[in-house]
Amino acid sequence: MGLLSGKNKEVLVGPLSKNNPVIVQMLGICSALAVTSKLEPSIVMGLSVTAVVAFANVIISLLRNTIPNRIRIIVQLVVCAALVTIISEVLKAFAYDVNKQLSVFVGLIITNCILMGRLEAFALGNSPWESFLDGIGNGLGYGIILVIVGFFRELLGSGTLLGLQVIPQAFYDFGYADNGLMILPPMALIVVAVIIWVHRSRNKDLQEN
Amino acid sequence: MEELLSTFVRSVFVENMIFAYYLGMCSFLAVSKNVKTALGLGIAVTFILVCTLPINYLLENYVLKEGALSWLGARFAEVNLSFLSLLIFIAIIASFTQLVEMVVEKFAPALYASLGIFLPLIAVNCAILGGSLFMQQKAFANVGVASVYGLGSGIGWLLAIVGMAAIREKLAYSDIPKPLKGLGISFIITGLMGIGFMCFSGLKI
Repeated sequence: MGLLSGKNKEVLVGPLSKNNPVIVQMLGICSALAVTSKLEPSIVMGLSVTAVVAFANVIISLLRNTIPNRIRIIVQLVVCAALVTIISEVLKAFAYDVNKQLSVFVGLIITNCILMGRLEAFALGNSPWESFLDGIGNGLGYGIILVIVGFFRELLGSGTLLGLQVIPQAFYDFGYADNGLMILPPMALIVVAVIIWVHRSRNKDLQEN
Repeated sequence: MEELLSTFVRSVFVENMIFAYYLGMCSFLAVSKNVKTALGLGIAVTFILVCTLPINYLLENYVLKEGALSWLGARFAEVNLSFLSLLIFIAIIASFTQLVEMVVEKFAPALYASLGIFLPLIAVNCAILGGSLFMQQKAFANVGVASVYGLGSGIGWLLAIVGMAAIREKLAYSDIPKPLKGLGISFIITGLMGIGFMCFSGLKI
């Protein structure tokens, strides 16, 4: 088996668009919306989720033949909670400000549906390497949506990207104003809805009747 | 009494779990297709929140917090177990969900049949864990306030999902651009409802 055979490539790349966890599978929406008012926390959140999903997938996949079926949810939760605790301590140590902004949402990675969804649907039935790729793919698919939403909300809402001013002062002198509504929670939903609209008009087979 | 009332109103309207923090969105979008099931899930979520929040509050204040173990004697006064809080909270929630599932199955089989699939899913509903984490962040004065906060958050969640389900039932008859159908339009409606709920912000009693 090559490092990236045809099937493995599909496992890794599929979730980026065709099978995206957020806009197609409808998983992990809670955190996708809440942390995206700025670009930086979106990126950090995307990376944290990718790391947790990938490693939780590997661990569960290694254990998959020894876990009794009836208590598997609790085992999965314990594995996730341990990984998330590690991530949250790391963030506290190296990126304290971002950690402050993400507040409870780091802890909420445990109940992120992407995590449980992938563990249930993929890691329980596949080998560790494939599960690892699946975790990376889904984490990045989630991250991409977060980054797109964060990009637009920060650009239109405060005229900055990663905290740097990108809209020149001259625009403001002409009467351009930041759209404060973009910072508020409800606009995240509308931005995601627009992404879904664009994505589905390009992939006709995803449309619902 | 005043504090209880104001906590309740705040958690139902101002800090609504769905419209202010987006917690529990996954099941909110997946289960809000008809009013009856939405109501059942809403009640179940409220119940679990009311039960787990006081337990987690007591654990947080008498076991996990820095210096919380001082009632065991001076030797334990400096122990800080707060890094364990995620694990403990999720364990309490998961076991409570299991317990409720077993009790409902034994004593109310009819309710169990109508809720069946949603009950186990509550363990991974972000609104429940979110409630506990917010409780930790807000440092409530006593266990009564914590329970009222749980009740309020649950009722807020219930209101949101029932309202959403009612709108979606009507939506079946409207003419929506094809790519927006289903998920897309639900997002937009949730956003609009969120803007509506924003008029409560700053409300004080």
